[in-house]
Amino acid sequence: MPVLSLDGITKRFGSLIANDSISLSLAKGEVLALLGENGAGKTTLMNILFGHYVADEGVVEVDGKPLIKGSTEASIAAGIGMVHQHFTLAGNLTVLDNVILGTESLWSWKQDLSKARKKLADMSAQFGLEVNPDAMVGELSVGERQRVEILKALYRDARILILDEPTAVLTPQETTSLFETLKQLTGNGLAVIFISHKLHEILAVSDRVAVLRRGAIVGEVETAKADRNLLAEMMVGEEVSRPKLTAHKTGAPVLEISKVNAAGEDGVQLLRDVSLSVSAHEIVGIAGVAGNGQRALADILSGLARPVSGTVRLLGEPLPFGNPSQIVHRGAGRIPEDRHAHGVVGEMTLWENLVSEDLRQPAVSKWGVVIDKTHAVKRAEEAIEHYDIRCEGPFQQTKLLSGGNMQKLILARALAREPSFILANQPVRGLDEGAIAFVQTQLLEARKRGAGIILISEDLDELLSLSDRIAVFFHGNLSETFPSGSKTVPEIGLMMAGQSSEPAGERANAV
Amino acid sequence: MQFEARPSVSILRAGLAPIAAVAATLALCSVLIMWTGTPVLNAYYLLFKGAFGSTFAINETLTRSIPLIFTGLAVAVAFRSKFYNIGGEGQFYAGALAATYFGTGLVHLPPLLMVPFLMICGAVAGGALLIVPVLLKTRLKVDEVVTTLLLNFIVILFVSYLIEGPWRDPMAMGWPQAASIIDEGVLPPLLAKGRLHMGLFFALAASVLVWAMMKFTVLGYEIKAVGFNAGAAEFSGIRVNRIVIYTALISGGLAGLAGVSEVAGLKGYLTRDLSPGFGYTGIAVAMLAQLHPIGVIPAALFLSAVYVGADAMSRAVNIPTYIADVLVGVSVLAILVSVMLTRYKIRWR
Repeated sequence: MPVLSLDGITKRFGSLIANDSISLSLAKGEVLALLGENGAGKTTLMNILFGHYVADEGVVEVDGKPLIKGSTEASIAAGIGMVHQHFTLAGNLTVLDNVILGTESLWSWKQDLSKARKKLADMSAQFGLEVNPDAMVGELSVGERQRVEILKALYRDARILILDEPTAVLTPQETTSLFETLKQLTGNGLAVIFISHKLHEILAVSDRVAVLRRGAIVGEVETAKADRNLLAEMMVGEEVSRPKLTAHKTGAPVLEISKVNAAGEDGVQLLRDVSLSVSAHEIVGIAGVAGNGQRALADILSGLARPVSGTVRLLGEPLPFGNPSQIVHRGAGRIPEDRHAHGVVGEMTLWENLVSEDLRQPAVSKWGVVIDKTHAVKRAEEAIEHYDIRCEGPFQQTKLLSGGNMQKLILARALAREPSFILANQPVRGLDEGAIAFVQTQLLEARKRGAGIILISEDLDELLSLSDRIAVFFHGNLSETFPSGSKTVPEIGLMMAGQSSEPAGERANAV
Repeated sequence: MQFEARPSVSILRAGLAPIAAVAATLALCSVLIMWTGTPVLNAYYLLFKGAFGSTFAINETLTRSIPLIFTGLAVAVAFRSKFYNIGGEGQFYAGALAATYFGTGLVHLPPLLMVPFLMICGAVAGGALLIVPVLLKTRLKVDEVVTTLLLNFIVILFVSYLIEGPWRDPMAMGWPQAASIIDEGVLPPLLAKGRLHMGLFFALAASVLVWAMMKFTVLGYEIKAVGFNAGAAEFSGIRVNRIVIYTALISGGLAGLAGVSEVAGLKGYLTRDLSPGFGYTGIAVAMLAQLHPIGVIPAALFLSAVYVGADAMSRAVNIPTYIADVLVGVSVLAILVSVMLTRYKIRWR
């Protein structure tokens, strides 16, 4: 008998069908991968399972018994544990406190920590999830925090573990170690649902793959019988290929960063003597685990922050720090990391967002005072046409666009002036395959035209396939760049974790 | 109970929200009216008659709506950029103070120039009062709700000091009031009878101007962008702090105009009870109007009708005039709920 079965789950949000009559089953000791593009309905389905949403139709059964709808407590009691993409841990509490948080009665006077401590230690040993129960969660690495999240679920006697995009924040090494853990867990009889849109991970870790497209299951295959191309086709519904870099002679430098230091508001140093030069016809990729300096550098280059010291030159002229408008009009195009927070004003229309960088230019407003709406709308219509933005028209509210179309809008705005330098910060994060190919093609087109591009990404595959050179951030230090073919993924992974990329043996010999 | 976001808000639903809110307000307050023993429909009939039942009543309702349009606009502009100006009352008195200072003999101009001159003085004074709170907000992130609210009391006490002391009109038989605005500065009455004055035109013009500014100009665009998403606004090159400062000056200026219009149009001289809380009621006006500058006009009319009508109702039957304050308060809550219901639907389980 399956531990978990879903039958005919349907969930609608207004006219949108997020889940369309989905049926799945999960056996003991099995890893079921749920594959699908962003917006395919994976997270909605899991939220139904975990009681955050109530399905409009359909039944969920755990061990043959129907699950109470819309109650997180009931889901936990039935043995469902969830590890969210964004961790739900209290950084100022210890590992042990985090694990037992919410399991104790509010009405008891004292805590019995020794029993909890023993249970945690037993679990750690049984599943090979090593953590120090007394360490502050805020001081743990991301990989360790994820282990605490898994332990938290296991502590509540989870028998079905849902992992939502668990590798998004991990280094390659941490990912490998997570996969080891999952093997241990399933060996002990746990059933795992692994949500991802990264094909190679799914092939590496799962027993069975269910593919979601537009809210419906479009296929289920044994992982052993699947390969990358098959899964990609099932996921997207058509054959896709991501664009590849073609060799091009680089031109004169467009951006020169020299010994830039930056600090946060709390005085913590974010960038340490960062130097980098980008030339025309060149894409320089920047790798690194999130939070190692990428944002600080991107903020300076896009005009949101000023460095403490150091110089940046754009086309030979000093970059006007802290002035996004001037930076843009001196020849930079910027794609922000967070579309919603910095890219667009969701409540405003498409045409308004498309002109937001040019408000006081004669093309958009008369004397910089009155907006020339006719002209702006015409410009928007051209951009919609040229960048294939799927929408109802220039008067649509921007927040109603899908992630991919929103990114196309931002791209249209950033590339409109044919910038000589482009900062692309996580340009394809969260996009579906079709949109990824579109965005990457546009960046390569810009490179061909003569732009120099900084591409910040956490996806090494993306960096390796698009960049001419790569540099790695760790703790605010940016490494020397290296040609993108000269190092392997594990080598770059070590650099991301702060270790030198030379093999240990050679270093030992050198000493 | 769960809230689910609606995919999009239809214009019909958005337009119905204030009407539904008014209906809900009347329904909820009918409980209080029943408590006094008066038949509910009769009470509301008297309220309506008191506000619109005669030329005199309509005249009064329109007159009362003038300051409310100005203070409502002040709030509508400020809240658009998420600058929460609660200090309309203080800016109202700042405008009245400026009109009194320049309009009681210090400056003599022909009427065609004197009235605009006093308007400008009041607007500048109202805006100037917000300079300190807005700079504290943009420089030091001090919460403007606290600073603008507290500033109200300072200004009102200052007004008390002036009209009890240095500015007290010796001709006022000992009443604490300032000297009268000179004839050239008085806003002329619109009708032979009644108190309705030119301020109505200024208020309506201000609504249209603010609407046009928000809809057609770069500044209006920037104010909206800053209010909706300051991060994206800053990223695209809008100087967020500068826009917040401009918004504050415009908002304070509009509230100051309310003060000028009351002192130079209605009363003729400055007293401590020039405003029965117009600055605060302006918040209710703006919320009812859903921050729409043209919507401010019907919203102000509704609330002024409630106040004027409640006076008449309380004279006719045994209901205290405080019912007006309750109606206004409930209407603000009702509009907040009904606006939320335009964006979300409730799902019971």
